[in-house]
Amino acid sequence: MEKRVYLDNAATTYVSGEVLNEMLPCFNAVYGNSSSLHSFGREAQNIVDRARDRVAKAINAEKSNEIYFTGSGTEANNWAIKGLARANRAKGNHIIVSSIEHDSVLEACKELEKEGFEVTYLSVDETGLVSLAELLHYIKPETILISVMSVNNEVGTIQNIKAFAKTAHENGIIFHTDAVQAIGALKMDVRDMEIDAMTMSAHKIYGPKGVGALYLKNGIRIENLINGGNQERGKRGGTLNVPGIAGFGKAIEIAVRDLSVNQQKLKAIRQYFLDKVEENIPYVHLNGHPHQKIQGTVNLSFELIEGESILMLLDLEGIAVSTGSACTSGSLEPSHVLKAMGLSNELAQGSIRFSFGKSITKADIDYVVEKLTGVVEKLRAISPLTKAGRGKKGE
Amino acid sequence: MYTQKVINIFKNPKNAGGLHGANATSKVTDNSCGDIIKLYLKINEDGIIEEAKFKTFGCTASIASSSMLCDMVKGLSIEEAEEITGNDILDELGGLPAEKVHCCELADEALHLAIDDYFKRLEKEQRKLEEN
Repeated sequence: MEKRVYLDNAATTYVSGEVLNEMLPCFNAVYGNSSSLHSFGREAQNIVDRARDRVAKAINAEKSNEIYFTGSGTEANNWAIKGLARANRAKGNHIIVSSIEHDSVLEACKELEKEGFEVTYLSVDETGLVSLAELLHYIKPETILISVMSVNNEVGTIQNIKAFAKTAHENGIIFHTDAVQAIGALKMDVRDMEIDAMTMSAHKIYGPKGVGALYLKNGIRIENLINGGNQERGKRGGTLNVPGIAGFGKAIEIAVRDLSVNQQKLKAIRQYFLDKVEENIPYVHLNGHPHQKIQGTVNLSFELIEGESILMLLDLEGIAVSTGSACTSGSLEPSHVLKAMGLSNELAQGSIRFSFGKSITKADIDYVVEKLTGVVEKLRAISPLTKAGRGKKGE
Repeated sequence: MYTQKVINIFKNPKNAGGLHGANATSKVTDNSCGDIIKLYLKINEDGIIEEAKFKTFGCTASIASSSMLCDMVKGLSIEEAEEITGNDILDELGGLPAEKVHCCELADEALHLAIDDYFKRLEKEQRKLEEN
């Protein structure tokens, strides 16, 4: 394999050098348990404190103690959904989420349904947007929690979070957002956007895997998900992952510092990629919102062919992407996001997500489009699906 | 996830394409995952499958299963081909991930429907001859 191009940055990113340097001393030089009273523990605690300050600053939280570190974005989502619902059950049992949330939100909702909660799943339009009117329609006196993701992980559509949060508060409802894909791509200001609870993850922003965080505005009640020691102000047990947390703090600081530079670069790369695809490959659909989207994620559907086989052939050329096809889900169902957006089964099956990272080059894109063109032609040549002229350029 | 053998077949599916002069064809759709296999067989007067080709909309496993099936049936009599099961295809492929085993079943279904199609065509021809 001569060349490798990684276009799956929405799945995870590498750990950047600056972040790694921040983490390395925490594996051996500063190895104390941050809960310990002695100097070893205090040194570790200082590192955690600094990271917490960095996360709080990056999202403009009022206080650093509103940041709670977790083991992943999935844990933070589970905690937010289950913990906020259970802690506020006395006020009502109704929750509203969007139908295109990450599985960690949707599965947490299913657990709550078993406990007697009622969950409304908001539809989205063909661009992946949740409508404020629909949200308003479903709000009722029993509604205690609304959760809508800031940016969708599959298609990159940006939701109108500030409007949703405002609406939630006007009705006395708590508002949570999963911002895992938004950090580093959008300015996330929890005070300006009036967010009560927000999920974050380190490994999508050049930080390490195995660490996430929940922002929880002071005064909002939440039930514990992980019971144990007195860590995280008694709200999340478990010895703190000091290297991971140190890395997260550095990663989010850099993500916010470099946000506009990275986004400008990705915007140019995205356009270059889309232009080249359009030039070389017919019968391609761009999934997601035309404008209200992050720059790094491009989701395309290729007519007549199936995504897993595209993914595999690209992989054989050293190119890493992901697909919404049922063939990779293990559940035989294509992407719930693309289905909710109203895509036909065929187009959902033929979808590929290309997510660009900050070190991508135009030469990488040239290579990818060259290989992609060949792969699509090859698979279309053996596809039983045809429509007069479809799949063959110039006919 | 996939064995090297499966990937090699998928990479160069030598039996892919249409078949001129095919006298038995089928098209099957997997209702759960949406994969589609179109199978073309050319069966000679002695009832031997001379040539087999496929077109598939589907994943690596579906494409590899289709191509393997074509390899397996070439040279077989109809009776022998009828004996083939999804498990046989799976064995010949050297196994598939558990969630992909159903792809072999789809290929097997395509084979049996193509054989049905052959007999239907034969019957039709016979009737034509009788009418004349």
